[in-house]
Amino acid sequence: MESIFIQQLSIFVLAIFIGYFVVWSVTPALHTPLMSVTNAISSVIIVGALIAAGPELGSLSKTLVLVAIALAGVNIFGGFAVTQRMLSMYRKKPAPKDPKAGRAE
Amino acid sequence: MNDFFVNATALAYLVAAVLFILALRGLSSPESSRQGNFMGMLGMLIAVVATVLSPDLISYLEIGIALAVGGGIGLVIARRIPMTAMPQLVAAFHSLVGLAAVLVAAAAFLEPMNFGITDAAGNIFAVSRVEMALGAAIGAITFSGSVIAWAKLQGTMSGTPIILPLRHLINLVLGLGILGLIGVFAISEVAATGGGDLFWYIIAASFTIGFLLIIPIGGADMPVVISMLNSYSGWAAAGIGFTLQNSALIVTGALVGSSGAILSYIMCKAMNRSFFSVIAGGFGGDAAGPATGAGASDKPVKQGSADDAAFILKNAGKVIIVPGYGMAVAQAQHAVREMADMLKKHGVDVSYAIHPVAGRMPGHMNVLLAEANVPYDEVFELEDINNQFPTADVAFVVGANDVTNPAAKTDTASPIYGMPILDVEKAQTVLFVKRSLSPGYAGVANELFFRDNTMMLFGDAKKMTEGIIKGLD
Repeated sequence: MESIFIQQLSIFVLAIFIGYFVVWSVTPALHTPLMSVTNAISSVIIVGALIAAGPELGSLSKTLVLVAIALAGVNIFGGFAVTQRMLSMYRKKPAPKDPKAGRAE
Repeated sequence: MNDFFVNATALAYLVAAVLFILALRGLSSPESSRQGNFMGMLGMLIAVVATVLSPDLISYLEIGIALAVGGGIGLVIARRIPMTAMPQLVAAFHSLVGLAAVLVAAAAFLEPMNFGITDAAGNIFAVSRVEMALGAAIGAITFSGSVIAWAKLQGTMSGTPIILPLRHLINLVLGLGILGLIGVFAISEVAATGGGDLFWYIIAASFTIGFLLIIPIGGADMPVVISMLNSYSGWAAAGIGFTLQNSALIVTGALVGSSGAILSYIMCKAMNRSFFSVIAGGFGGDAAGPATGAGASDKPVKQGSADDAAFILKNAGKVIIVPGYGMAVAQAQHAVREMADMLKKHGVDVSYAIHPVAGRMPGHMNVLLAEANVPYDEVFELEDINNQFPTADVAFVVGANDVTNPAAKTDTASPIYGMPILDVEKAQTVLFVKRSLSPGYAGVANELFFRDNTMMLFGDAKKMTEGIIKGLD
């Protein structure tokens, strides 16, 4: 039991470091989509609910789990969809038609 | 057979975790971001399918219905939500993650054998009890805190800080109480059998402290709060991951937790405030405190009309637009972009300068400008554009205030002293769109209003900008 915990702790700590470096590389212009997408992926908590929804359960537990699945479902679909909607709005400047564009200051 | 499924599922979770990392990595530039988002979706699909394929699973119908109901609601909200309401939406989403964490932890406590966290006698392992209690506690704090943040952002609840007497003491006692309860929960033999009320007391106390933590924090500090809750939702997921010994959840929780923590740090730094002082609260209400330097309001102010502003802008070579939360409130982003387009037709060089804490959440202004079809390569962060102001003919400040206040650089007594600001006063002319001369959320009068090179344009941001557009014709 203890050794499993240490294994998981190792994964956890290393993942924090990955998160640290990856998130610092996110451009500040995309910080709002970053929040909505982290929201969506943290709803992977749904797998916990799915595991528990498997076997026949006592009714209270099962109800809790189904509610959790619905809540996580809102987040997963809503989170990814709204992120996609935001990201699709980020557009580059259309290429200038005349070569003298890009004036010096 | 069973071993095969266990290993295959674990591998699928690993793939999902890698895809989530790539999803965040994609956000390093707008070009790669859309692809990154698809990777995130793919990762989620793999994680869910791998779990659902497990041979133990039998209640497909109920799961399908729950997922369809939730997913349907999510999709409708995602499609309809106006971009100005994004901070509220994110706060609401955080609350759902928190609540889901509480529910899963409760299910694990009630039926631990489903998760394989019991010993031969059917007792829950002590480590698992600590993990589930921590996951549930952080989830509950995330939930109630996010609900308050949502209410403040939505305007359902006033953004003014609610200061309870002895609140620090109350929070300290509650916090220590929760930790103490978790300790007792870990050694209690009743709790090991899945009985007793301790677990529910922990959740109730955590709901309460989440509520108490956020009510004293003012509306304008919401960028920090919302980042912090983002972080909490990650730690809650990681806590549940430890409970269920699920690596996908642990990795994702760690990623999200560190992401929110970094955003909180960036926001605090942009306000030159310590994380602790924000959490302590009492700052940044809608009704500002006593204004320092209030005597300044006797000074004369140069006031202009939309036509005056149009004339100045038309004859400028280089204009930098500085948007703030006021632009979001007035829904003026489309009008601002239209104005910028007309200026470009007149041969004016237009760019945008964004302060990190402009708006109510990190990156809020960038999304609004993107929504109004402003190309992202015209939009610059503070450190990238601040040296451009001396060469700009006009700084057009719309809906921003404190982030332009030169007092942050000079007045050591000012509450915003030391906060990095946009050097708009270095532009030849500052056009300041504002409703009145009232101070910003920090309660500090902006000396910029009274400078010789400043022209105040009093009025609603949208109406004023539309007036300028007419004047440009």
